[in-house]
Amino acid sequence: MDLLNAIVALSNFVLVPAIAYGSQLALGALGVTLIYGILRFSNFAHGDTMAFGTMVTILVTWWFQAAGIGLGPLPTALLALPAGIAACMLLLLATDRVVYRFYRAQRAKPVILVIVSIGVMFILNGLVRFIIGPGEQRFADGERFIITARDFKEMTGLAEGLALKTTQGITLVTAIIVVALLFWFLNRTRTGKSMRAYSDNEDLALLSGINPDRVVMVTWLIVAALATVAGVLYGLDKSFKPFTYFQLLLPVFASAIVGGLGNPVGAIAGGFIIAFSEVMITYAWKKVLGYLLPESLAPDSLVQLLSTDYKFAVSFVILLIVLLFRPTGLFRGKAV
Amino acid sequence: MSEPLKNTLLFVLVAGLILLTGFVQSWSTALLILNMGLISAVMSLGVNLQWGYAGLFNVGVMGFVALGGLAAVLVAMPPTVDAWAAGGMRVMAGLIIGAAVIVAAAMTLRFLPRSRWRTLAVLVILVGGFFLYRGVFDPGVEAVEDVNPAGTGYLGGLGLPVLVAWPVGGLLAAGAAWIIGKAALGLRSDYLAIATLGIAEIILAILKNEDWLSRGVKNVSGIPRPVPYEVELQETAWFVEGAQRIGVDPVTASSLYIKVAYAGLFAVVLIILLGLAQLALNSPWGRMMRAIRDNETAAEAMGKNVTRRHLQVFVLGSAVVGMAGAMMTTLDGQLIPTAYQPLRFTFLIWVMVIVGGSGNNLGAVLGGFLVWFLWVQVEPIGHWLMQVVTAPLAEGSALKAHLLESAAHMRLFTMGLVLLLVLRFSPRGLIPEK
Amino acid sequence: MSGNPYQDDRGNKDRTITRPGPERESYPVEPGGEAVKVAEPGAFLIGEEMTGGYGKGPDILHACTVAVERGEIAVIVGPNGAGKSTAMKALFGMLDLRQGHVRLDGEDITALSPQDRVAKGMGFVPQNNNIFTSMTVEENLEMGAFIRRDDITETMEQVYDLFPVLREKRNQAAGELSGGQRQQVAVGRALMTKPKVLMLDEPTAGVSPIVMDELFDRIIEVSRTGIPILMVEQNARQALEIADKGYVMVQGRNAYTGTGKELLADPDVRRSFLGG
Repeated sequence: MDLLNAIVALSNFVLVPAIAYGSQLALGALGVTLIYGILRFSNFAHGDTMAFGTMVTILVTWWFQAAGIGLGPLPTALLALPAGIAACMLLLLATDRVVYRFYRAQRAKPVILVIVSIGVMFILNGLVRFIIGPGEQRFADGERFIITARDFKEMTGLAEGLALKTTQGITLVTAIIVVALLFWFLNRTRTGKSMRAYSDNEDLALLSGINPDRVVMVTWLIVAALATVAGVLYGLDKSFKPFTYFQLLLPVFASAIVGGLGNPVGAIAGGFIIAFSEVMITYAWKKVLGYLLPESLAPDSLVQLLSTDYKFAVSFVILLIVLLFRPTGLFRGKAV
Repeated sequence: MSEPLKNTLLFVLVAGLILLTGFVQSWSTALLILNMGLISAVMSLGVNLQWGYAGLFNVGVMGFVALGGLAAVLVAMPPTVDAWAAGGMRVMAGLIIGAAVIVAAAMTLRFLPRSRWRTLAVLVILVGGFFLYRGVFDPGVEAVEDVNPAGTGYLGGLGLPVLVAWPVGGLLAAGAAWIIGKAALGLRSDYLAIATLGIAEIILAILKNEDWLSRGVKNVSGIPRPVPYEVELQETAWFVEGAQRIGVDPVTASSLYIKVAYAGLFAVVLIILLGLAQLALNSPWGRMMRAIRDNETAAEAMGKNVTRRHLQVFVLGSAVVGMAGAMMTTLDGQLIPTAYQPLRFTFLIWVMVIVGGSGNNLGAVLGGFLVWFLWVQVEPIGHWLMQVVTAPLAEGSALKAHLLESAAHMRLFTMGLVLLLVLRFSPRGLIPEK
Repeated sequence: MSGNPYQDDRGNKDRTITRPGPERESYPVEPGGEAVKVAEPGAFLIGEEMTGGYGKGPDILHACTVAVERGEIAVIVGPNGAGKSTAMKALFGMLDLRQGHVRLDGEDITALSPQDRVAKGMGFVPQNNNIFTSMTVEENLEMGAFIRRDDITETMEQVYDLFPVLREKRNQAAGELSGGQRQQVAVGRALMTKPKVLMLDEPTAGVSPIVMDELFDRIIEVSRTGIPILMVEQNARQALEIADKGYVMVQGRNAYTGTGKELLADPDVRRSFLGG
């Protein structure tokens, strides 16, 4: 019984939240890694791109809510998501047209593009704060839980409950669908393959008649979708705040780099590695250990390795270890 | 137009802008802009040292600024005697144990032959050491933080004159930079960028959470000043007389006097640092740095230790930024960890460097003043603009209220725009590198 | 400091991890040029009196002429640094010529970009980085046929017939293959467009002698399918043995021109370039 209780407590406080968070990071990191693979620079504006897509989704959600349109038990935001994605796509295409295209034609160096992306980051950040304000927004509606802790306890008769939030379930399902679609696209379609070819060997791709402008455009479109989905899922699960989204840049980049920049499988693995480490190191293990250890050894303290405020330190340390011992990332970062 | 003339005109323009602020708005605002402009100029000098001389992409500026701020607290605040008695020694012992554990692990890694046993030993040292450290450290922290939490609840500082904090801030930042540099230099630029971004967040997390050190989010206020207090001046006979003679109200005069005094102190630091930076740039060391930057392979082939040189310049630049951070906290008179925002303290400094001209010290200084001026003035201008734009809207309309309220966020937008415009149309900045 | 401020990376060589190898050395003809019909067709593919260099650098080619006729193999040989590869790049439009013309099948294509030349029927196999290493062999071939919108299965079968080992490894990542096999992927990729002429830049660089012999056999086989081949080669003797026409280049100029047999028999050529 104690072992079961320990497993349930572990799932409730560590596994489920980490899987949800990991999926969100993975989607964010996929966007970063695609831009890196195709456009060959680290996009510092990615966190704010996520914020922009999410903001539009929230605005449309409010509009739907005011009009009384909803999805019943599911959050209305899912209905508004396509609008957010479309707006984000328009934004990124416009940014590319107005800003990045010029530097591509100049064959600007990656580090210059990074600085350019910092400029874009400022603009997006200002835009988002201007439109929706810097405050925190919660926009999840519908049923809050798939299973509540109490239901679970009644069902199983265990002392520990396992709560599954609707947003966590949606995050996982959406992430699986999006990732499956993405991989199908990259590995099975002509356009997807041409993107991988372009990322692998730009010169040869040009010689093969692959149109770089089209590849770049498709990349931005995919990145817009990924960023918006990642941002909306994160916002549903936790809450939306422009500054938090800017800060997501660090774990998202850590995920992409740990997995190997430019490698989509790596980005997903990296997302889960970072999420699990963050949750596990900042979780107070007292409860789980209390079930597992004999009474005499049960800990008095919280057995929390680091306070939650240091979660950034976790991504950072993992990042540093990977960079020191395997600079190309766990999965060799090379092609898309 | 010749180079020196153009540069002089640019500086005159910035001075004119600040003077204009004085005439149109108030002299107090103008002096505030000047003071923060001086500090910004020092920060952008530091970043320019790293980026302009060596091409190091440091986006952890905020962390070094915050460390400088911490230095001001640690140096100038009076020590909390009760807290030291309650658990100060225990905290120190904990820190020493922590450091010893890391050193021991590093030594093991270095001196034992590579084997599974070595990995195991390192793990045992680290995990065991961690619990030992927490065992000693945590009770100490609890004891310290329990001493008068509303008033102190931290160990306090050394009670030294606050001016000492400026070089100490530089030293603290230099120490942190050395550790980061050891680990992250020699990596690709975007890896270094992410690493420095991360370290800045960690430094901030420490300031926010280690109450025994910095009172965390309870802030430290009342940091002693290097200049007199306004109230003291208002009670000093010669000052009141002087103020009356030039026909200014003593209260206003005292506030302006203090600001001018700060400006004098900051200007001295800026001029010294600028002089040193110019000397360094034109010395054999500076030429070598640029040679490495322009052709690393050739420099390496000539026997230059590139990573070592990069470490040098990274530490130096961070020290300058740390010093500026200490100066800023001195000016504010308080340390507010939540006030450190990466957009303001990291990326804005980058805008200053790029706009001013990467690789040119004068450019960095100019960028510091100009961008700071814009940062301050965009807000009222934006507000005014919004009022003009929203004038036709009905009073009390939700859109009007929203637009007026949001005008404050125009400044981020404007900074992005300025950066992009400069990058596009004048990529070498206002005063390009020679 | 480089001339273009947007390319001033301040020593940050960021592409090195993702893109190994030297910086690209090509200043291709800008897209948008047009082909012009010429009255006198001459050879099937000819680069005539070509003069040019990289970017603003000095001229590397000096009035150099190379040509290949239908159904022939033409080979460019010469010492290191003679400009052999440069001549090849010039023919393919990866180098903006200052003087001279390139003509293909009765059209002047000097103003065409490399991509447009591919569409016109030129197949080019670069010396380095000539495959998509992270993609499977089959995907490499598919990408080779990217400009074609018709059914490519037949062409792919032909390539597999020519290079049976590729059929075996069709689902393996091309980067995992051996040197000789990678060259076969590279040639196969270029053949997928059904080119009217195939240009190979040192196809045997860095492979063992046995593999080299096999590669030459394969190249002869490709040639028998009726595709004219122009090739740059380090191994002058073997290359000239299979060549219908040979060009010996020295310092960007034509030094000797003749059939493969003539050049092999020429005492000057033997002494200077073939080791006696």
